[in-house]
Amino acid sequence: MVNLKLKLSGKANYIAFLIVFVTLGLASKSILAEEIHGSEEQAESHLEKFEAGKFVTEHVSDAFEWHILTYKTHHISVPLPIILYSKNSGLNIFWSSKFEHCHATYKNFQIEETGDNAGKIVELDNSGEVIGLPIDLSITKAVAGIFVSVFILLFILLKVARMAKNSAGRAPTGLQNLIEPIILFIRDEVAMPTIGKDKYQKYLPFLLTIFFFILLNNLMGLIPIFPFGANVTGNIAVTMTLAVFTFIITTFSGNKHYWKEIYNPDVPWWLKFPIPLMPLVELTGVITKPIVLMVRLFANMLAGHMIVTVFVALIFIFGQTGGVATGLAVSPLSVLFSVFILLLDVLVSFIQAYVFTLLSALYFGMATAEHHAAEEH
Amino acid sequence: MGFITPDYGTLFWMVIIFGITFYILKRFAWKPILTALDDRKNTIAEALSSADRARQEIADMKADQEQILEEARKEKNEILKEAREVKDKIIAEAKTSAHTEGQKIIETARLQIETEKTAAIAEMKKQVVELSVLVAEKIIQKELKENKNQEELVNSLLKDLKLK
Repeated sequence: MVNLKLKLSGKANYIAFLIVFVTLGLASKSILAEEIHGSEEQAESHLEKFEAGKFVTEHVSDAFEWHILTYKTHHISVPLPIILYSKNSGLNIFWSSKFEHCHATYKNFQIEETGDNAGKIVELDNSGEVIGLPIDLSITKAVAGIFVSVFILLFILLKVARMAKNSAGRAPTGLQNLIEPIILFIRDEVAMPTIGKDKYQKYLPFLLTIFFFILLNNLMGLIPIFPFGANVTGNIAVTMTLAVFTFIITTFSGNKHYWKEIYNPDVPWWLKFPIPLMPLVELTGVITKPIVLMVRLFANMLAGHMIVTVFVALIFIFGQTGGVATGLAVSPLSVLFSVFILLLDVLVSFIQAYVFTLLSALYFGMATAEHHAAEEH
Repeated sequence: MGFITPDYGTLFWMVIIFGITFYILKRFAWKPILTALDDRKNTIAEALSSADRARQEIADMKADQEQILEEARKEKNEILKEAREVKDKIIAEAKTSAHTEGQKIIETARLQIETEKTAAIAEMKKQVVELSVLVAEKIIQKELKENKNQEELVNSLLKDLKLK
C-alpha cells in the first residue's frame, strides 16, 4: 500500500513537472499570441489557395515563432525572443509576437516574405525601404527546440548519474536500466572496436553526448505537439555544428601517422610528384567526411519530416480539387501512410544517431591509429 | 530560410548550447555513470571469481574428504581383517590347547583306570587265590577225612607223577 502510494506520488511528480513545464513555456509574456486580422484580410486569407509546397516547407523549416495551430483565422503560437543587432539601432531584444505573424513591422524590423532575403529579418529605414540585414541571433524554433531537448537530456542523464552514484554496488533500477545498456552499447560496440581499447576513453564522453543528443532530438522531432516537434536534427546548422565538433576533435587528435597518410600516403611516387594528386584526394577526404556526416543526418531527418507532412498535405490537395468528400475519403490512406512513415522515422532516428556516432568514432580511430589500421571508405 | 544554408544564428546558439551540454554531461553524467559501470563490472567479476574460488575450494575439500573417507574405510577393513585373524588364531589356539588338555586328562584318566584295573585285578587274583586256597583247604580237609580218599588221592597223584 505504501509502495503504491509512493509510486503514485512519483508519477504525480512527473505529471506536475510536465504541466509546469508546458505552462511555463506557454506563459512567456503574452501567453498565446492570438490575434484576429482585419475582416478583409481574413476573407482573403481564408480563400487563399492551399499550396502544398508552402505548407510542407513551412512545417519543416525554422521559424521565429513556435506555431501551434491555426483555428480559422486565429494563429496560436508561442512567441520566441528575437535578438538583433544592427549598426543603426544597436541591440534589440523583443518577442516575436511583435511581428504579428510576419505582418507587422516593429522597430524598423520586418520579416521579409519574398525575394532574396525571404524568411529573414531585414531592417528598414523610415520610408520603408530595406537598408540591410541586422545580425540575427534570435532564439528561433530550432534553437528553442534544442533548449527543450537539452533540458530533457540533462534532466534524464543527471538523474541517472545521481542514481548510479547513490546505488553503487546495487542492481540498477528504473531509468538507469534504460540508459545504461545504451551507454554500454556505445562503449563496447562503437567506441572500443573503432578507436581501440586503450584510447577510447578520451572520446567516449563526446560520442555518448552526440548519440544521446541526436537520438533525443530525432525522436522529439517526431512528436508533433508543442514543446517537441521542432525540426532540430533536420536543420543543417545543427548537424553542421555536430559535424564541426567531430572534425575539430579528429583534426586535433590526429597523430603523426594520420598526417603522414594524408600528405605522404604509401602510393607510387608519380601520384605525389609533380602533381600531389593523392594528397589532394586525401585532403578532400578530410573535408568531405564531416560534410557527409552533416548532410546525411540533415537530409534523413528533413526527408522523414517532409514525407509525413506531404502525406498529410495530400488530404488537403484532394479536398481542394475534388471537394471535401474526396479529402475525407483520402484521409484514412494518408493517415495510414503518415503513421507508417512516422514509425519508419522512429527506426531512422535510432539508425542515424548510431551512424553519426559510429562514423565519428571511426574518424577518431583513424586519427589515432598507430599502424596500418583498416582504412575506412 | 533556406534548408541548405546554415543559419548563423542557429549555429551560434547550437555551438554554445552543445558545448555547455557536452561539458556538463562529461563532468556530471558520463564520469559518474561510467565509473559506476566500471565499478559494478569489477565488483561482479570479483564476486564471480571469488565464487569460483570458493567452488574450487569446496571441490578440493570434497576430494580431500573423499580421500580421507577412503583411507578410513581401508583402515577399517584392515582393522577388521586383523581382528578376524586374531580371533581365528585365538580360537584355533584355544581349540588346540583344549584338545591337548582333554587328551592329557583322558590319558591320565586312562592311566588311572589302568592302574586301578591292575590293582583291582591283582586284588581279585589275591582274593581268588585265597579263596581257592580256602576252598581247597576245605575240600582237602573234607576229602582227606577218610583214608580211602587219602589213598585215592595219593594214587591219583602218583598216577599223575607217573604220567609225567
